[in-house]
Amino acid sequence: MAVEAEMVAIADTKARRRPAGRAGDPAFRALTVLFATLVLLVLSGIIASLVQGGFLAFAQFGLNFLVTSVWNPVTEKFGALAPIYGTLVTSAIAMLVGVPLAFGVALFITELCPKWLKRPLGTMIELLAAIPSIIYGIWGLFILAPFIQSHVEPFLIATLGNVPGIGVLFAGPPLGIGVLTAGFILAVMVLPVIASVMRDVFETVPPMLKESAYGLGATTAEVVWRIVLPFTRVGVVGAILLGLGRALGETMAVTFVIGNSHHVNPSILQPGTTISAALANEFTEAVGDLYQSSLIALGFILFVITFLVLAAAKLMLIRLQKGAGAAA
Amino acid sequence: MQLYVRRRLSNYVVVGLSLAATAFGLLFLVFVLGTLLANGIGALSPTLFTLATPPPGSSGGLINAIYGSLAMTAIATLIGTPTGILAGTFLAEYAHNNRLGDIVRFINDVLLSAPSIIIGLFVYAILVVPMGHFSAWAGSVALAIIMVPVVVRTTEDMLNLVPSALREAAAALGAPKWKIIVTVTYRAAVQGMLTGVLLAVARISGETAPLLFTALNNQFWSTDLDRPMANLPVVIFQFAMSPYADWQRLAWAGALLITAAILVLNIGARLFASWSGLEK
Repeated sequence: MAVEAEMVAIADTKARRRPAGRAGDPAFRALTVLFATLVLLVLSGIIASLVQGGFLAFAQFGLNFLVTSVWNPVTEKFGALAPIYGTLVTSAIAMLVGVPLAFGVALFITELCPKWLKRPLGTMIELLAAIPSIIYGIWGLFILAPFIQSHVEPFLIATLGNVPGIGVLFAGPPLGIGVLTAGFILAVMVLPVIASVMRDVFETVPPMLKESAYGLGATTAEVVWRIVLPFTRVGVVGAILLGLGRALGETMAVTFVIGNSHHVNPSILQPGTTISAALANEFTEAVGDLYQSSLIALGFILFVITFLVLAAAKLMLIRLQKGAGAAA
Repeated sequence: MQLYVRRRLSNYVVVGLSLAATAFGLLFLVFVLGTLLANGIGALSPTLFTLATPPPGSSGGLINAIYGSLAMTAIATLIGTPTGILAGTFLAEYAHNNRLGDIVRFINDVLLSAPSIIIGLFVYAILVVPMGHFSAWAGSVALAIIMVPVVVRTTEDMLNLVPSALREAAAALGAPKWKIIVTVTYRAAVQGMLTGVLLAVARISGETAPLLFTALNNQFWSTDLDRPMANLPVVIFQFAMSPYADWQRLAWAGALLITAAILVLNIGARLFASWSGLEK
């Protein structure tokens, strides 16, 4: 009898405690959902604030904003062509120099290097990515720019500068400060980003595929060319796009060495500007609504470009993951 | 035989280029850190930590900038860590095959590499303009926004590494889900999550662009979070671009301090992760 009463009592307390504990569930879930939606809110907030801030400039100049290069705060005429052009050209140089290097590094880490070296090497590449861009900037200004001015540019002017057609790219005096130096610093900065993603992408290749190829007598180069690259094509493009997204939006390192000139100059040895450098240099000093609005409109253009590039990168990397999952 | 030689040769070329690329990458790491040490160590002095940033031509230090960087990074970490962890928890624990989860995950990954100067513009619009002036608060919020995606990403990854058998065992004991997450899953993943937070702190402590339009700079010692506040990255930017030699020296010293702090955080986070048995 006593035992039975005790059991009833235990069942009772259990019945009473249970709903109390469970009641926390919807609350905790709601809490996490709330903070997850915060991420979406930030994105929509960014878009809304850029559209609102840049509205005046777009209303005033319309689509001409995108294709004129006048940038005159005194007469309040603004066109985004020079910063857009500079952003694209510096990023293109960064990709031309950085992608092959990153590919070589990723190839070395996954296929060639001895096992004990893999982790330290990977860590070093990641440390290279962790150095903040302002450090690359100060280094570029004081070390790289003078070096490029005294060694690289005179050589380029003397050789490529005389080639008809592309000579115009290498015209003008060697200044050190300019589009080429900015592009080169960007290349150094995106190298670790691309290399570490590419390394992860290469590691998704099933070892059996590679071993079969090696077993048939293929050389390392052939394995990479015929097995690894076809298998990871989408991921490699994703890695490159991720690096491109970084290069397009990179601010401080470029601001130090680009020279900040709103002229579209075909020569990559001459100063130029990028969207982010124009923002960093001018935003806090922009007087007048139209000036400030034009800068925010520049920011909007930059955000749209990088968002598209990064979204494409992400989609490609997701596709590779799904493909690897299906193959495994 | 001809074919064999050609294949061997092209292989040597590919291997050689790959080696050269790696050597080039490492050379740059050494080169950047080397010049930083060479220029920074000479500029280090005890007054860095006792005096505020000077006008050109007189001696001074960086104490106001060091304080500002520490303060803003700390506030950003206090805002960013809980936000990131809760959002990451949603992704890992509630959002498998869930539309909202997929969207948040995707947007988060895009924000992870979004240009930080855009975050500065955003915070300028939502905080600096309504408040009417630049402030350390705005700077902290901008840094927190940059930090959140990093924490979300690592939290989700780390929670996904926790074996589901642990969760099932707790569920079989009758624990409600929130309790399983807080007392079992978090406890199993806490080292990894901490590593993520450390890496995020390292990431924001060198950020310059988002502070330009939010915290701005302040030449004097100030602890008022409602006013503009000096911070190492912006001071480095201004002083390095200046024509004064003693300002440039301070910029190098600041650059050395920041890089040392970030490398220590990064290497510390990695050591911590491998010490607690979390291998990648």
